Amino acid sequence: MSLRTPLGTVRGLGSAGNGVHHWWVQRLTAVALLPLGAWLLVSLLSLPAVDFVTLVSWIGGTWTAAALILFVITASWHSSLGIQVILEDYVHDPGLKTLSLVLSGFIHVALAATGVLAILRIAFGSPL
Amino acid sequence: MRARPLSPHLTVYRMTRYSLLTSFANRLSGMALSAGLLVLVYWLSALARGAHAYARAQSLLVSGPARVVYAALILAFAYHLVAGIRHLVWDTGRGLEKAQSQRSAWLVIAAALVLALVLLGWALRAREGL
Repeated sequence: MSLRTPLGTVRGLGSAGNGVHHWWVQRLTAVALLPLGAWLLVSLLSLPAVDFVTLVSWIGGTWTAAALILFVITASWHSSLGIQVILEDYVHDPGLKTLSLVLSGFIHVALAATGVLAILRIAFGSPL
Repeated sequence: MRARPLSPHLTVYRMTRYSLLTSFANRLSGMALSAGLLVLVYWLSALARGAHAYARAQSLLVSGPARVVYAALILAFAYHLVAGIRHLVWDTGRGLEKAQSQRSAWLVIAAALVLALVLLGWALRAREGL
């Protein structure tokens, strides 16, 4: 016997009303991170040096800056979803669980914002 | 709140059945990569603040302990990448039989180790002078 209503079964949504959204975005970001992550690591290893001028001129390129921004946003998002699941599984105290989930969410958004801003500053040429 | 009945947890599974090991390693490597994201953003922020700020950050980013961290991140990257692909294959409904997942667990561990070794070798050659 199923406790779900026929409408609930058809729409595929859980009790929280957002169904498989978390699962789907985790997969979507995972697929996006395959090329982005591989590109970033290969690029970093291919750089002739890691001094300031080399790095700034590399990041300053339009395509590099765009891909780096995509990486930082996608990786932060994927990380946020992954850490969320780990916290939900292992932090058992309800209050502490909520607090850690909120903090993790805030930190991830701040991380993405800081990263994107840094890339833009480099791309637009403000570092001296 | 009265304690609710719980389904069997971690302790009932055997590590030697690899499914638990690979799942655990995937979470662990994922957490390591989250920490790596922090390092990446710190590095980008230092670059954005200019040459002097970057020079100061570089003493931290290029130190001996930092090299160990990068090596660990490369290992985590290789594992999480390969194990993630296994998850994406599972999501299509394939490879979920017990024997198949045992085989793919071995395959993931082996492929991740090979990939990590290749990447580490490359990193050592490329960043010799670091």
